[in-house]
Amino acid sequence: MTPPLLSAPLLSAPLLSVRDLTVTFRAEGRTQAAVDRVGFDVAAGEVLGIVGESGSGKSVTALAVMGLLPANGRVASGEILFEGTDLLRLPARKMRDLRGRRIGMIFQEPMTSLNPVFTIGDQIVETIVHHERLGRRAARERAVDMLARVGIPSARRRLDDYPHQMSGGMRQRVMIAMALACSPRLLLADEPTTALDVTIQAQLLDLLNDLRREFGMAVVVITHNMGVIAEFADRVAVFYAGRVAEEAPVEPLFDRPAHPYTRGLLASTPRLDADAERLVTIPGAMPNIAAPPPGCRFAPRCGVKVEACEADRPPLVAVGDGHRAACIRAGEAAA
Amino acid sequence: MSARAPLSPNPSPPGGEGSALDAASPPPAGGRDRERGSTATTPPLLEVRGLTKHFPIRAGAIVEREVARVRAVDDVSFTVARGETLGLVGESGCGKSTTGRLVLRLIEPTAGTILFDGEDVTGLEGAALRRLRRSMQIVFQDPYGALNPRMTVEEIVVEPLVVQGGTTRADMGREARRLMDLVGLPAAHVTRHPHEFSGGQRQRIGIARAIACRPRFVVCDEAVSALDVSVQAQIVNLLQDLQKELGLSYLFIAHDLAVVRHISDRVAVMYLGNLVEVADKRTLYTAPRHPYPQALLAAVPVAHPRLRRTRPRLTGEVPSPLDPPPGCRFHRRCSLAEDVCRTEVPALRDLAPGHAVACHFAERTGGPPPAAA
Ligand SMILES: Nc1ncnc2c1ncn2[C@@H]1O[C@H](COP(=O)(O)OP(=O)(O)OP(=O)(O)O)[C@@H](O)[C@H]1O
Ligand SMILES: Nc1ncnc2c1ncn2[C@@H]1O[C@H](COP(=O)(O)OP(=O)(O)O)[C@@H](O)[C@H]1O
Ligand code: SF4
Ligand SMILES: [Mg+2]
Ligand SMILES: [Mg+2]
Repeated sequence: MTPPLLSAPLLSAPLLSVRDLTVTFRAEGRTQAAVDRVGFDVAAGEVLGIVGESGSGKSVTALAVMGLLPANGRVASGEILFEGTDLLRLPARKMRDLRGRRIGMIFQEPMTSLNPVFTIGDQIVETIVHHERLGRRAARERAVDMLARVGIPSARRRLDDYPHQMSGGMRQRVMIAMALACSPRLLLADEPTTALDVTIQAQLLDLLNDLRREFGMAVVVITHNMGVIAEFADRVAVFYAGRVAEEAPVEPLFDRPAHPYTRGLLASTPRLDADAERLVTIPGAMPNIAAPPPGCRFAPRCGVKVEACEADRPPLVAVGDGHRAACIRAGEAAA
Repeated sequence: MSARAPLSPNPSPPGGEGSALDAASPPPAGGRDRERGSTATTPPLLEVRGLTKHFPIRAGAIVEREVARVRAVDDVSFTVARGETLGLVGESGCGKSTTGRLVLRLIEPTAGTILFDGEDVTGLEGAALRRLRRSMQIVFQDPYGALNPRMTVEEIVVEPLVVQGGTTRADMGREARRLMDLVGLPAAHVTRHPHEFSGGQRQRIGIARAIACRPRFVVCDEAVSALDVSVQAQIVNLLQDLQKELGLSYLFIAHDLAVVRHISDRVAVMYLGNLVEVADKRTLYTAPRHPYPQALLAAVPVAHPRLRRTRPRLTGEVPSPLDPPPGCRFHRRCSLAEDVCRTEVPALRDLAPGHAVACHFAERTGGPPPAAA
């Protein structure tokens, strides 16, 4: 019952397929790979969670998909197939059109993506008018609808507010309203709740869940919080130092984590529903991507490494149905 | 306000009580109690009563006058025992950091009393205040912002001792290496600068600096909040080891309820400037009686995908402390609120020994615990 390692037949082609993506940055005269041959699929209507510590390449991956890498970064290799089209070969004009209409995005800090000098109404209307043949008046009505839909009270009146007049939670809702205004097929959410209190986070995750059911859109949610994954994701990709360490449906990932890093991550997370004498720790810290260790990038911190771990990059191997881990000992460990 | 200011009181001649380095290691938890021995029941290490801080908002073209006040902390009372960790949780802006800064005498209270080791320290000034500062320290969230980038690690960790004076250069070097060792950093790295360290290592430097004066009480204000889980666990363990070794008491401020459960003995929950519930951690996490902590715990994401469930959600947001609702400050978001809640402030009262709740209906709020034990 081993799943095929190659992509599924064309009929059930994934909505988004990232293959062998490498992103490099030029910094201080050197080129370093922030993302090193990363791959994952997202099916229509599915929620893929990407989890990993800061610096593991989550945001860079999302920016590459959106075609929004900073000037010193570039895609060195790979494919990003969205609805069968390689986004990396799309002319800039077509990519701009796709962004916002077919793919929406929300960022961790809404203040940086909302323009402080325009009212939120103007900004949502602008997005709608830009992408659809809709008059300003109709676009304004759609904006009111969307704001109400994401739970902003007195939506019509708030349309004339500037971003700074709203709380962090409200701004994040505005970002979601704007991202969803054109009913995208895919939403990329980069740490959408990290800056928020847990009560507001819960409201937003409920909201995203409702909207995803209603619009049938797929979501890639990027987070460093295992709780957000447990609460919201269908499938998970665990990033470590610019690579995918493990990929699995959400339940097997929590029940039978196969990569030593995933196991360490789950064990070192303090629990709300149990007391532990002492927290389990992973010694050391994630390596600097400017000088990654040879072979398995987790090897310097790994408690079960063998000599071979430091020789070659461990390939992603299947350890269960749709469950793969990049560890040469994953087979034994999962048993 | 500069985050560094509080740790760098103005240099002044030593107050004649000898150098911190001469002092013997602090006694283990409870040791001081026997020395004092005058009362039958020893006072808690820290006790605050009716602590209140209102920040005036001033405006006016010619003559500034107060136009409003932020009620950041209002009538807060609690104790911290020797060797104990009291967790302080609540949503952003509810007054946690302000409480911590009041306790340390970094800002002046509008009202209330702070007793440290049985002594009223609310009005201390000058040399007496500086002496107090040696016993009470703080570790901040942002390891970057809190450390001076131009100083070496040695200069950073021993700065509190330099400020007190009476220590030789050789002592300093020895002391810096001892502190590095205590917090698990290579002693040889004392000559490096903060930017050469990772986030977790910088937090270790901040901790080394906080314990340099051999304090008895440390406020940890979101001290592990900015760290990745794998590193956060290392720092939490370090804080617990140091507590045992040095007999420290902690006021552990954080918004992550799971971390607070792990590290605390007792937990206090704050809402809009008030304490709404205080209990030992097991009671607070398995049988909270105030509707706010109940809702807060229900909002935390589950620990396993099979535990997903639809739960009643707290709606709306925390109201502004500029204009808090009358009566119970939680009443507008509370599903149990009745008329009395809109007019009368519920007092924090003991429901059972060691379990205090500020809700008019605390007797009725029992029910299935939001999180299983
Ligand atoms: N110097 C000040 N002047 C005016 N208002 C202030 C001042 N310091 C704090 N406040 C206000 O007091 C309230 C409590 O702030 P405090 O920093 O204690 O919150 P907190 O619980 O620590 O929040 P967070 O979780 O975001 O750190 C907030 O409304 C804040 O804006
Ligand atoms: N503009 C940039 N220039 C150079 N390096 C960058 C740039 N943006 C990101 N990086 C590096 O790429 C790596 C991955 O970063 P990022 O994707 O932002 O991590 P995260 O997983 O926290 O979102 C990090 O080492 C980061 O320092
Ligand atoms: S490949 Fe080796 S070093 Fe890497 S995680 Fe597996 S056992 Fe550890
Ligand atoms: Mg990021
Ligand atoms: Mg604070």
